[in-house]
Amino acid sequence: MDYTQFEKTAANIRTGIVKAIHNAGSGHPGGSLSAADIVTALYFKEMNIDPKNPKMEGRDKFILSKGHAGPVQYAALAERGYFPKEDILQLRKLGSKFQGHPDMKKVPGIEMSTGSLGQGFSAAGGMAMAAKVDKSPARVYVLLGDGEIQEGLVWEAAMSAAHNKLDNLTAILDWNGLQIDGRNEDVMTVAPVDEKFRAFGWNVINIDGHDFEQIFDAFAQARACKGKPTMIIAKTIKGKGVSFMEGEYGWHGKAPSEEQTKQAVEELGGEW
Amino acid sequence: MADKMATRQAYGKKLVELGEKYDNLVVMDADLSKSTMTAEFGSTYPQRFFNMGIAEQNLYGSAAGLALSGKIVCASTFAMFASGRAFEIIRNSIGYTKANVKICATHAGITVGEDGASHQTFEDIALMRTIPGMTVINPSDGVSAGKLLEQAVAMDGPCYVRLGRAAVPVFYDENAQITLGKGNQVREGKDVSIIATGIMVNEAVMAAEELAADGIDARVIDIHTIKPIDEEIIVKAARETGKIVTAEEHSVIGGLGSAVAEVVVKNAPVKMAFVGQKDTYGESGKPEELKKKYGMTAADIVAAVKSL
Repeated sequence: MDYTQFEKTAANIRTGIVKAIHNAGSGHPGGSLSAADIVTALYFKEMNIDPKNPKMEGRDKFILSKGHAGPVQYAALAERGYFPKEDILQLRKLGSKFQGHPDMKKVPGIEMSTGSLGQGFSAAGGMAMAAKVDKSPARVYVLLGDGEIQEGLVWEAAMSAAHNKLDNLTAILDWNGLQIDGRNEDVMTVAPVDEKFRAFGWNVINIDGHDFEQIFDAFAQARACKGKPTMIIAKTIKGKGVSFMEGEYGWHGKAPSEEQTKQAVEELGGEW
Repeated sequence: MADKMATRQAYGKKLVELGEKYDNLVVMDADLSKSTMTAEFGSTYPQRFFNMGIAEQNLYGSAAGLALSGKIVCASTFAMFASGRAFEIIRNSIGYTKANVKICATHAGITVGEDGASHQTFEDIALMRTIPGMTVINPSDGVSAGKLLEQAVAMDGPCYVRLGRAAVPVFYDENAQITLGKGNQVREGKDVSIIATGIMVNEAVMAAEELAADGIDARVIDIHTIKPIDEEIIVKAARETGKIVTAEEHSVIGGLGSAVAEVVVKNAPVKMAFVGQKDTYGESGKPEELKKKYGMTAADIVAAVKSL
C-alpha cells in the first residue's frame, strides 16, 4: 500500500506543531513530533470519528495521556477539520482554547483533559469499561509516554484493563527513550516494557512508530485480539523530522527560535 | 430518637434503590465493598458494579472515564484514601472535567475508632472544598444521608459525600425536608448558634438541651452541605444570636468552622469558637472514648459556648 498521503499529512501536522510552539514561546516539541505518525494514523484512518459531529454517538475515542504533547493532538484535529488550522497558533496564550495541556471543556474532539501523567490511561480504561457495559463496538485509544509509565497509577490501570478484559482498549507507548532529565535508563529504567505489560496480561506488539505499514498492522492486530487489551510499543525518535531536535532530550520542553523554526519548517516540507 | 444507623448503611440501602431508578448508575469500590456497603448493589446489579481492587488512584481515574461516557458513578472507599491518596486524580480527572462522579467516602473522622490514626481522616472536607465546582456533603444521620445521596445522584457534576462507620441516632423523620445546599435549623434559639455537621449535629442537639438547663437558649443548625454553603442561614444566625460555635468531626483547620468563618467575617462578624479535631492525629480506641479524649462531644460544645 502507498502511504504517501499519510506521510504528507504527518508532515503538515509536524509543521503545525513547530509553528504553534514557536508562536507560544514554550511547549514540548520533542514528544509531539515523535508521536505525530501514530496520531496521524489514528485520526486519518483507524478511528471512527466525525469532525462535523465531535460528540457522535458510538464514536471511537483517543486520549492523549502524555498531555504535554498537546500540540500533536491540536494539529491533528485541525488538519482533520475540527477547527481552522490557524487557530492552534494561539497555543498557550491567555484566553485561548489551546491550553498548555489539553482541556476537553475547551477544544472539540478532545475526549479527556490530560497533563498529569498516568491519569489519561486510567480514564481511558474507564471509557473502555463504559463501552463494555453498553455493549458498544466503540474502541478507545490511549497514547502514553515512556517516562509516563514510571507513574504508579499506570500499573494500577494496566492491572484493571487486563482484569476487565478490555479488548476494546488499545494503548500505544511512544517509546522515544528520553524524558525531561535525560534517557529513561539513566533517570529510572522502564525496560523491559514488553515483558512487563505481557506479565500484566496484555497483548503486546512491538513496532517502529514511524512506519505506517507497521502502525496500521498493529491496529488491525489489536482489533482482532479478543479478551485482552493491547499495548503497542512504538519505537520512535524524539523530535522526529527536525534534524537538530532528533534524539536530543533538551528539546523535550523548549520552543524553537525564529531561525530554528524556519529551518524546521523547511526540513519538514509540510503546509500550515 | 429511637433508632441508630450508620450513614454508610443508609448509603448502601439507597444505592440499590437508585440502581433501579437509574439504569446508567455504576458503582465502584476498592476492595472495601462490605465496609462501604456497596456490596449489595454489586450483587443486585453485577453488570454495573466494578471492584477495582486496592487501587484508589485508578478507582477515581476510571470513575472519571465512566462518567465522561455518560454514566453516573458512585465510587467508594474509606475517606482517608479517597480524599488523601487520590486527591490529585479527583482534582484533575474529576473536578477539572466536571465529571459526574459521586465520591462516596466512608469511615470518616475519629469514629473509625480502633483502626487508629492512619485511617482517621480529619482533612477531607478541607481538601475537597478547595476543588472548584466540587459539592461537599456531610450527612448527619441515616435519613438525611439517603435523601442527600438521592439529590447528589440527581444533579450533574462531582460531589464528595462524607459517610461514617459508627451507628448514630436517627433524628430526622422520613418526611423531613432536606435540601442539598440548604442548612437545616433543627432547634430554635436566640442566645448562641451551634452550627454543626455530620454526627456532631446530634451532639449539638444534646448540648443545646444541657445549655437550656443553664438558661442559655441555643439555636442548632445542621450544615449538611458544606459546599456550596448556605450563607443565608449562617448570616441570619450571626445577626440574630450574636455568637457562633461550630462543631465537626474534622480538623478545626479548613473544614466547616473555616467555611462558616469565611461567611461570617464577610457579612456579619461575630465571636466564634471551634469544636473539632485539634491540630493532631488520633489513635486507637472506642469511638465514644475517642470523641471524649479529642474533644468532640456535647460537653465540649457546651464548654465552647460558655467560653464565648
